[in-house]
Amino acid sequence: MAFLTLKNVSKVFGNTTAVEDFNLEVEKGEFVSFLGPSGCGKTTTLRMIAGFELPTSGIITLDGEDITYKSPNQRNVGMVFQSYALFPNLTIGQNIGFGLQVRKMPKEEMEKRIDEMLSIVHLEAHKNKYPHQLSGGQQQRIALARALAINPRVLLLDEPLSALDAKIRVELRLEIRRIQQEMGITTIYVTHDQEEALLISDRIVVMSQGLIEQVGTPDKIYNYPSNEFVAQFVGQLNLLPITDVDLENGKCLLAGQEVRFEHTPGRIISESPRLAIRPEELQIGTGEGRNALKGRVESALFLGAVVRLRVDIGGVFLSADFFNERSRTLPHSGDEVVISFPEYSCWVM
Amino acid sequence: MKRGSFWSWLWVIIGTLYFLLPLISTFDFSLRAKKGELSFLAYTRVFTDPNFWATMRFSLLIALFTIFLSIVLIAPTAYWIRLRLPKLRGIVEFISMLPYVIPAIVWVFGAIRTFSGTPFFLTNTLFGTYVLLTTGYVVLSLPFVYRSIDVGLAAIDVKSLTEAAQSLGAGWGTILFKVIFPNLKVAILSSSFLTLAIVIGEYTIASFLVGIKAYGPYMSMIGQNKTYESSSLAIISFLLTWAFMGVIQLLTRGKTSGSSMAGAR
Repeated sequence: MAFLTLKNVSKVFGNTTAVEDFNLEVEKGEFVSFLGPSGCGKTTTLRMIAGFELPTSGIITLDGEDITYKSPNQRNVGMVFQSYALFPNLTIGQNIGFGLQVRKMPKEEMEKRIDEMLSIVHLEAHKNKYPHQLSGGQQQRIALARALAINPRVLLLDEPLSALDAKIRVELRLEIRRIQQEMGITTIYVTHDQEEALLISDRIVVMSQGLIEQVGTPDKIYNYPSNEFVAQFVGQLNLLPITDVDLENGKCLLAGQEVRFEHTPGRIISESPRLAIRPEELQIGTGEGRNALKGRVESALFLGAVVRLRVDIGGVFLSADFFNERSRTLPHSGDEVVISFPEYSCWVM
Repeated sequence: MKRGSFWSWLWVIIGTLYFLLPLISTFDFSLRAKKGELSFLAYTRVFTDPNFWATMRFSLLIALFTIFLSIVLIAPTAYWIRLRLPKLRGIVEFISMLPYVIPAIVWVFGAIRTFSGTPFFLTNTLFGTYVLLTTGYVVLSLPFVYRSIDVGLAAIDVKSLTEAAQSLGAGWGTILFKVIFPNLKVAILSSSFLTLAIVIGEYTIASFLVGIKAYGPYMSMIGQNKTYESSSLAIISFLLTWAFMGVIQLLTRGKTSGSSMAGAR
C-alpha cells in the first residue's frame, strides 16, 4: 500500500470546483511535484493534505491512517510556505525549536536537534538572529529546517521559491532535493515552474482546472505528453496544422510538404490534426532518413545559450532552437533554409 | 532664506503659538495662587488633597480593568475576523466606529435605564456600578483598541503564521500566546495607553455613574470651585497624557518593521 494516498478527492468552493476526483498514490521517500498554471488546484490539494482545507468528498490516507478530517496540528506534516512564515518575534533557533517545544522535547535534546537542522541548511552562524536579519533565501532555508525539525511524515512545499530571485532559486531547489534525498522524506512540492519540477521530482502531477492531466516521471511527461495541454505546458512545442493524415503509414502533409511520423496507437487525434514537435528536435540541413522542410528564416532571437529561429514553412511558422556555438554561423532573417527532424521525434495530435 | 521656506516657518510658528500660548497662559495662571509672586502653591494644594489621590487611584484602577477587558475581548475577535471571517471586517469596523457617533450621554442614559431593572440590577450595588462603568469605557475605547490591534494584525501575515504554527503541532492557545500576541505587543501597548488616557479624563459616564469618585468629575468640581487649582489640574492632566503618548512613541519606535516580517522580501 502506498504511503500517501488521495482517493477520489474533490474540493468545491461555492460554485467553483477547485479539485475534481483527484487520485494519487505516493510511495515513501518519493518526491512528487504538483505542476500547473495558477488556479489549477495544486495548492488546494496540498492544503487538503496539510489539513488546512477539508475535502468536499474523497479520502486521504497517510501511512495507512485516514487523515481526511484530522486537524492540521495532529497530522505531523511539515509545511513550507511561499512567504516563509517565520515567527518574527522568535530567533532562528527558537523558530526551528518551535515544533519541538510544542512536543515538549527535553531542552538539551532540543538544542541538539536545532543545531543539527542548522548544519543541514548551512546556517549555523545565524542561530541567535531574528528572521528580518536574514535574506529571503536564508529565511526559506530556516523555514525548511523548521518544518524538518519535527521529523514530519510528509514534507509539503507550497511554491517555496517563488518569492526568491532567479540565482537563489536555482541554488535552493538543488539544496531542497539534496536534503530530501539525505533524509529520505516523502515530499510534495507545488510549483508552476516546469523547469523546477522537471529537475527535482521523482514524479510530476500535471494539473489543469482541478483535474489531473498526467502523472509520470519527468522524462515521460516531457517526451510523451498524454495530451495537448501537457505538451504545451511542459516545455516549448510547435503545433503545426497538417492535412491528408495517414495514420496507417504515418504520413501527412505540412504546407504541402510530406512529413513522416511515428504513430502511437491509442493516441487521440483531434478533428483538426496538428503535428507536434519540440523546437530542440529540429536541425538545419538535410540528413538521411529525416523529414526535411524548406522554409525562410523570419527572425533569429539570441537567448544566450540558445538561438531561437522562427521559420516560415509556406505560411506555417515553427520555432527551432539551436545551441549557441562561437564557431557556428547561424542563418539570418530572410535566409532560405532546410529544417529537418527524424520521424520518431514528432507526433500527431 | 528661500521664499517657500519663509512661509513654511511662518505657518509652523503660528501653529505652535496657537497650541502653546493657551497652555503657557494656563501654566502661568496656575503659578499665581499666592498674591504678588509666582509659586507652586496651587500644585501643593492639589497634591495634598486626599480626594485628588483617591479619584486618581479609582480612575487608574477602572482604566486597568478596562484595558484588560478590551484586550481580552477585542484581540482574539480581530484575529479571528482576519483569519476566518474577512468578509465581516467592514461590519466590525463600522460597529467599532459607533462610539464616535453616539454621544457618551446617550450611552450612559441607555445603560442606566437598561441595567437598573430586571433582569440586570447593576446600578443597585457599588460593584455593579463599577462593572457598568468599566463596560462603558470598553465601548468608549473600542475604536482605538480595535483600530490599533487591526493595524497590528495587518502588519503580520496572520494566515501563514497561524498555519505554520498549526503544521508544527501548535493548538490555538499556543498560536495566540506564542505567535500572534507577541507580534501585537506594540499595538496592544499603544491601545492600552490610549485607553488609559481616555479613561483618566472621561467626565460624562463617570459623573452619571459614580460622581466625584472618578478623576474626571473631580477635575470638573475643582474647576467650578477653585480657580488656580483647576488650572494646575489641567496642566497635570496634560503632562499625564503627554507622558502616556511619550511611552507609546518609545515603544513603537523602530519596532514596526521588525514585527511585520512575515512576508517575502
